[in-house]
Amino acid sequence: MILIRLEQKQIIGIKFNIMSPETIRKMAVVKIVTPETYDEDGYPVDGGLMDRRLGTVTPGLRCKTCGGKFGECPGHFGVIELARPVIHIGYAKYIAKILKVICRNCSRVRLTKEERSKFLERLKKYKGSILLFEIFDEIIKTVKDRKTCPHCNAVQYEIKFENPYNYVEINPEEQDKRKRERKLTPIDIRERLEKIPDDDLIFLGLDENNRPEWMVLTALPVPPVTVRPSIILETGERSEDDLTHKLVDIVRINKKLMDALEAGAPQPIIEDLWDLLQYHVATYINNEISGMPPAKHRSGRPLKTLAQRLKGKEGRFRGNLSGKRVNYSARTVISPDPNLSLNEVGVPLEVAKELTVPVRVTMFNKEFLKQLIRNGPHKYPGANYIERPDGVRINLARVKNLDEVADKLDIGWVVHRHLMDGDIVLFNRQPSLHRMSMMAHIVKVLPGRTFRLNLTVCPPYNADFDGDEMNLHVPQTEEARAEARILMLVQTQILSPRFGGPIIGCIHDHISGSYLLTKRGTKISREELIDLLYIAGILEDVYNKLGDKKEFTGKEVFSLFLPDDINIKFKSKLCKSYGCEKCLEENCPHDAFVVIRNGKLIRGVIDEKAIGAFAGEVVDIIAKKHGLEAARKFLDSYTKFIIAFLMRRGFTTGIDDEDLPQEAIERIEEVLQESIKKVKEVIKMYEEGLLEPLPGRSLEETLEMKIMQILSEARDTSGRIANEYLEKQRKENHARIMAITGARGSLLNITQMAACLGQQSVRGERVKRGFINRVLSHFKKGDLGAKARGFVASSYKKGLHPVEYFFHAAGGREGLVDTAIRTSQSGYMQRRLINALQDLKVEYDGTVRDARGVIVQFKYGDDGIDPSRSDWGKTLDVKKIIEGIIGEKRER
Amino acid sequence: MATKKRKKTARKAVKVKRERKRKETKIKERVVELKKREINILEHELVPKHEICSEEEVNELLKRYNISKEQLPKILLTDPVVKALGAKPGDVIKIIRNSKISGKSIYYRVVVEK
Repeated sequence: MILIRLEQKQIIGIKFNIMSPETIRKMAVVKIVTPETYDEDGYPVDGGLMDRRLGTVTPGLRCKTCGGKFGECPGHFGVIELARPVIHIGYAKYIAKILKVICRNCSRVRLTKEERSKFLERLKKYKGSILLFEIFDEIIKTVKDRKTCPHCNAVQYEIKFENPYNYVEINPEEQDKRKRERKLTPIDIRERLEKIPDDDLIFLGLDENNRPEWMVLTALPVPPVTVRPSIILETGERSEDDLTHKLVDIVRINKKLMDALEAGAPQPIIEDLWDLLQYHVATYINNEISGMPPAKHRSGRPLKTLAQRLKGKEGRFRGNLSGKRVNYSARTVISPDPNLSLNEVGVPLEVAKELTVPVRVTMFNKEFLKQLIRNGPHKYPGANYIERPDGVRINLARVKNLDEVADKLDIGWVVHRHLMDGDIVLFNRQPSLHRMSMMAHIVKVLPGRTFRLNLTVCPPYNADFDGDEMNLHVPQTEEARAEARILMLVQTQILSPRFGGPIIGCIHDHISGSYLLTKRGTKISREELIDLLYIAGILEDVYNKLGDKKEFTGKEVFSLFLPDDINIKFKSKLCKSYGCEKCLEENCPHDAFVVIRNGKLIRGVIDEKAIGAFAGEVVDIIAKKHGLEAARKFLDSYTKFIIAFLMRRGFTTGIDDEDLPQEAIERIEEVLQESIKKVKEVIKMYEEGLLEPLPGRSLEETLEMKIMQILSEARDTSGRIANEYLEKQRKENHARIMAITGARGSLLNITQMAACLGQQSVRGERVKRGFINRVLSHFKKGDLGAKARGFVASSYKKGLHPVEYFFHAAGGREGLVDTAIRTSQSGYMQRRLINALQDLKVEYDGTVRDARGVIVQFKYGDDGIDPSRSDWGKTLDVKKIIEGIIGEKRER
Repeated sequence: MATKKRKKTARKAVKVKRERKRKETKIKERVVELKKREINILEHELVPKHEICSEEEVNELLKRYNISKEQLPKILLTDPVVKALGAKPGDVIKIIRNSKISGKSIYYRVVVEK
């Protein structure tokens, strides 16, 4: 056996230096001299930009330098010898800084001896610290206004830097204005930089490995063709990379300039060419320099040059290194499926046939996998690839005789089989704002073309089914699968780390249904109940609880789903819609106080506060007392049951839910007229100067505030009237049920539909812009009245007056603009937060530290509590614990 | 007519403003006076208790968290509390805060120059 001893080395750091022209020349394998790339026969020209020595990108051809084939040869650099030096645009500002600090005669940093030793000491002390930059700024400050050089006494001129790469020297003593300013050429600049002694470099933040004159380019490295491959279009035409285009420009101008210099062309012509060369080299490095037109492609599209390749969201760093495109993933529209468990995801058959899971062949699964291979890539369940122990992949789509391949299969091979029921996958919806945006699900292969998911996982993903799409990823290693199953499975995420409560829970119809089931008076016959329980997929254990009763109340039915040792009391969501003065708690007249004792719902209705996502007390206590598995089972069976129940019963909402009796309409009308009149009165007071300004407000602001107050009161009162009548109705009102139970919508929504839309606002004020002194030409100039400034007295049901409709549109638009801006703003804020906090970590000793081990908190959150295991953020809720044990709240 | 009356009220408002301003200047004078008296910020009720750790305490702390001094959170030498305590760079300051979450929380910071 041959033992190979691998030498292990550790990277301590990476150092970036300025590249010297010698290095550039040394690493070049070819000098690029001609702007031609290919000759008539389509062969690369020697000394051209596609020179064969620069590497190969065509399969089959070998590199002329290293002999490697495509994929083996990494490519080799070339070099362009520039006829005249040009400024490296990335260093343009730095060069300006240096020129301002050094002497124009002797090129030394214009510091006195004392200053030198003082700064030297400080520079050494803060070596490697960001504070160095402060010191450099200080050096510039001390030296800037020094009129003569302390070393050679030469008179100093002021250096003016003009974007993007021009440097002008101003002689203050010269009287002739035309002669006062002199443009410094790159040659002048390079000369000065060359003369700077090594000892002075430290004051410029440089050293002898980073000579400043290297910032002025004399040789330009030409990246290998592998960096700028050409694409052959369908038409057979060759399309070159943007970088190649740019390089061609540079070589062409460079050659022209060289010829002009040789021919001794007049100065202005040479200067023009030199400038052009400078432009091309600058845009080759960065094509987005401010104050300079970007170099464009023939089609008018700006070229993507070096800086553009790296910068920004789609650049090399953010687009290819921090994140990349991946295999084994799928994306499609999502739709609901209440019959799936919340841990599951429905995967379309077509997707399942495309995504694969690698399975190593063992003696136990050999026969099974053989069958999969025989099925091939098109028959489900099959396999798409197999991998031999020597690493060779066989694509089953290309195999003619699958049986033959299947027979060859042996232990140690790897079969990439189709996705099957029970596999674990990651499921994600963008924007991925929190960890619950990406959870592990268990696959259930289904017909159809959409991903199916349980409704209770909508809140953590913030998903709905109006066309949302989601992504799915298949973990490819055993570790990844184990990690996903243990840490990321949906049920493990029921309790949110944001607040110590469930983020997964019942929504919409589950809540309306629960209310209808558990409110007073709901009765279910034994037969019907067993029917419903069967649909919900539970029979035996619950059936045993039933006893021999013939009829069940809704509260008894709900109790069937609860474990026996649940003791809890809380105010339901319903409670909020009745503003009782004093809470009677267990004797609540509205049945809005929930009491669960020993797993029996004794009092109260079940609504959002009991089982809802973000709020469910019952889900919370089950998860905390009996574990996540139990919570999942509860949600799975209960949601199925309640949907079946609601389906049998029927639940709908229509415009008749907003019907109000004539009496109510009249009362609302009266309230609104009254308020409009009140507004008029306030305006009159204002005009007469009788209005007293509120502290800290102008008279006008006071008026506006008063009016807004009156009008919002008007809407509230009209809403209250509407609600009063809706509540009194003999028939139950589904829209109202949804609002008060928290299933969907709010009482305000109902108010706006049935009673009055209210004041429309733009920027938090009444609508005030439009024509001169009035919003629309329908009003008199200067009319401050309610209707003239956007008060909408109509309801959606009644319909809006055209003028009201206009105001509504104005207010509505602001809403749309706001959401658009808010998302982009919060997205950027989140990005900054993530960048700042990404490597903070809670260590085993409870401290929070960053990557260097620097302590940020001595105890995580000051108490060391994991919020997802806390009780709604609190370490302990003593009252709840006592309640849970004795089943009875202590008397206060 | 209406505008006239408005002007009147506006004038009144200006008067009130002037009155308030005069009072404010008095307050300002008093602030300056207090500054002269040099308040000890360490005694202010909103400033948590700061103290310089003894050498043993520092060693124990570093050992407990298995860290070097550079891994402690920092506090600037120019920080008013550091000035008031007269701490030098390298000193470790113990900050004892009253915390809503845990009752009392202890934090350590090492004094740094910049």
